[in-house]
Amino acid sequence: MSGGRHYLPLTDAERREMLAAIDASSVEQLFDELPPAIRLKKDGLKLPPPLSEMEVLSHLGSLAAKNRHLREYPCYLGAGVYDHFIPSVVQHITGRSEFYTAYTPYQAEISQGVLQSIFEYQTMICRLTGMEASNASLYDGATALAEAAVASCGATRRDRVLVSRAVNPYYRQVLQSYMEARNFGVEEIPLAEGKTDHAKLETMLNQNTAALLLQQPNIFGLLEDMDGVAEVVHRYGALLVISADPISLALCRAPAEYGADIVTGEGQNLGNPPSFGGPLLGFFAARKKLLRRIPGRIAGETKDREGRRGFVLTLQTREQHIRRERATSNICSNQALNALAAAVYLAALGPAGLREVAGHCLQKSVYARKNITAIKGFEQAFTGVHFKEFAVKLPGSAKDLNRYLLEHKIIGGFDLEPHYPELGPAMLFCVTETKTREQLDGLVEALEGWL
Amino acid sequence: MSKEQALLFELGAPGRRGYSLPQLDVPEEPVDELLPARMQRKTRLDLPEVSEGELVRHYTALSTRNHGVDSGFYPLGSCTMKYNPKINEETARLPGFAFIHPCQPAESIQGAMEMLHRAELYINEVTGMDRTTFQPAAGAHGELTGMMLIRAYHQSKNDQRKIVLAPDSSHGTNPASAAMAGYDIKEIPSDKRGLVDLEALREALSEDVAALMLTNPNTLGLFEEDILEIATAVHDVGGLLYYDGANLNAIMGHARPGDMGFDVVHLNLHKTFSTPHGGGGPGSGPVGVKKHLAPFLPVPLVERGENGFYWKDDLPQSIGKVQGFYGNFGVVVKAYTYLMMMGAAGLRQAAEDAVLNANYLMQRLKKSYDLPYDRLCKHEFVISARKQKKKGVSAADIAKALLDYGFHPPTVYFPLIVEEALMVEPTETESKETLDRFAEALEEIARLTEEKPERITSAPHTTPVRRLDEVKAARNPSVCYRSDG
Repeated sequence: MSGGRHYLPLTDAERREMLAAIDASSVEQLFDELPPAIRLKKDGLKLPPPLSEMEVLSHLGSLAAKNRHLREYPCYLGAGVYDHFIPSVVQHITGRSEFYTAYTPYQAEISQGVLQSIFEYQTMICRLTGMEASNASLYDGATALAEAAVASCGATRRDRVLVSRAVNPYYRQVLQSYMEARNFGVEEIPLAEGKTDHAKLETMLNQNTAALLLQQPNIFGLLEDMDGVAEVVHRYGALLVISADPISLALCRAPAEYGADIVTGEGQNLGNPPSFGGPLLGFFAARKKLLRRIPGRIAGETKDREGRRGFVLTLQTREQHIRRERATSNICSNQALNALAAAVYLAALGPAGLREVAGHCLQKSVYARKNITAIKGFEQAFTGVHFKEFAVKLPGSAKDLNRYLLEHKIIGGFDLEPHYPELGPAMLFCVTETKTREQLDGLVEALEGWL
Repeated sequence: MSKEQALLFELGAPGRRGYSLPQLDVPEEPVDELLPARMQRKTRLDLPEVSEGELVRHYTALSTRNHGVDSGFYPLGSCTMKYNPKINEETARLPGFAFIHPCQPAESIQGAMEMLHRAELYINEVTGMDRTTFQPAAGAHGELTGMMLIRAYHQSKNDQRKIVLAPDSSHGTNPASAAMAGYDIKEIPSDKRGLVDLEALREALSEDVAALMLTNPNTLGLFEEDILEIATAVHDVGGLLYYDGANLNAIMGHARPGDMGFDVVHLNLHKTFSTPHGGGGPGSGPVGVKKHLAPFLPVPLVERGENGFYWKDDLPQSIGKVQGFYGNFGVVVKAYTYLMMMGAAGLRQAAEDAVLNANYLMQRLKKSYDLPYDRLCKHEFVISARKQKKKGVSAADIAKALLDYGFHPPTVYFPLIVEEALMVEPTETESKETLDRFAEALEEIARLTEEKPERITSAPHTTPVRRLDEVKAARNPSVCYRSDG
């Protein structure tokens, strides 16, 4: 029999028996209170007919086959979603169905697996960022930054934030929607040479500023100069919020070292596939003083009645199911399985592995940058310290270039022009440890052949 | 007595590793030249150092300390913990779906866009709406998006409405989401039937009301049979009707929110459409709207043109973006797979079996527990342990006692309008034997409440840890491991 009937265990005989047990003459009777005007006929829904598993696999397979994917073509896109190597062990752990078929661990005694894994994840995020508290995850890096802005407004009782134009444009769009909804204001700090304009920043800060939002490295892959930033921000009583690339933190200063109060970011790059931009993993960590402002689930350590260590969801009075309209956030479902993947990834790599990955990103992107900007007409957009992404001004439109590269079985970089028209035609290239020298040389060769 | 499971940080040894990477194949430059010393990390990077085998044993041990739908019955009310078909996992992992980047040129991702387009058409059909966005990453995120849409709609008419109504039985996310969208919340009481009190609703309605948020069937598992009157009343004052789709599973193929008069709908693909809950996520909370709200949807939308599918970005009235890209695409692949498997007939059958299972279980359990709203239920029902409470056994105790029988307990203490509430949602993927065994367990617990209540109040007895001290955890929070204690 075709269709998902094999998910439904009741037999017709059992259905009859159960109907009899509840004194109903037919299944239809169970829907008696639905107003007749809205009741659908048996064939009321116009959907494709049910298919067998074999047919569905073939249908989905043919849809997937219409996409050019990153295991097929080298891809130089970044801008928030990254192509990093995922060790086999990650998928094997997240594929254990005791984890992935569970829900939020409300019943702690039979959810110690998920709860302990969240506690371990929180600890690793704290150690990466230098913060003292972390939540169990948010939807993605963009919403994590928006939630940090909202939390900052709550913590400071102020109603506007400053965000650098060097923050990912998609993140700023999400920030805008979240802040606008609450009647909070967002002001953008202009760029100076691809980085946040520090001179402007000082003039824009005032007594209404809840937070300064920066990305590290920023959208152009440049490391922002953080010396003195926190001091200025704190002088105005505002918070410093950073959106960080967690892999960069193996080599670059932990945000705590330069005085950040909240650190958010995208954790997809820690063991999760790009998946067309979702599911991703928003991480959110903060100083201890902000613990009760943190949105979403938090796992905490405790003891059972026999003195054994165990873990529970804690500080739940922040949350929607207790506090309703006064909750710190409305979030309920989060990205727990992606957080599990991140924890497995970080534990598999350990300190040496994460440094090695970060080091390869740094070295390979420098190699690519030097060779690309040596091509006539390809000009490095900004000087400064890069991590794994860099912006290049192009001798023609990025759209054309990407079309050309696709013909050469390469997925090109991120088109910056729609977001930063002042740059003219420009592309953001991302080079991670997954790219071989041969592929990078192939990219340069292809670029040389364009125009 | 079972042992504690060591933390990752208590395992391994310095220098041990669980990965391998290729040799660097480009000329290596001194790191100090690429990254000035003042920008380098000074803090020690204190991550676990374990071998791959140790890592696998650690997580395998953790997994055995966890209950999922695959482990056993999981009648967690309002969460629709149905079986998660394995084919879903396989399709979402196809490299053509899992390993594509959201910023790829449209011509290189036509299959993904086609899948989103088809999924939208089918979801529109199931809900009776005109357009759907998949950008919201979870149900609550869908609610927030829906509230933003409603706000943008009213504002486009220079109408600054301030109030959102929600029944006192509503999910906590409803008021929280409305508040995040800048609204004041007003609660509508439920009447004796457990349904929206129509009189109270009419009194609360005014031209300051932006929307009524409604779950139908509601969180008591009861169908709001006055829905058409409710819709008319809300629309008459210029308000909109918002559908919280958490409970759509009960009525798939039997009725559609769009036909009931709802203007905005969110679904939980991780509930109704069988995608796994992931230990807390990822979910997916698509939002469907009627035509008059479509101009405000988040950007971009997938459109079908002459040369294939493309992203439509130019929606001048759009609320913008609510997630970095297109939402939890991987979850949508799983839900689409489920839709393809089930078809219209399968969805309708699933709803029927879900409702039959719930009513069967309810009729049996009402003999041992109070049933405050004794009427036909849909996919779930709420019993009360107030009778047991008089013997010193609370809903929480009963939940913990169920753990010893190998069952995940129902949702407890929700909805808030039922004292000592136990909210049971069996779903359609459970067999009659499972329902009978579960009923026997609850009957035995009711019996023990009379005879040996301490057996119940001291439960659980067989789990890896005994009852955990939540008060201690909240009073002195430890949310991050410190090796120095």
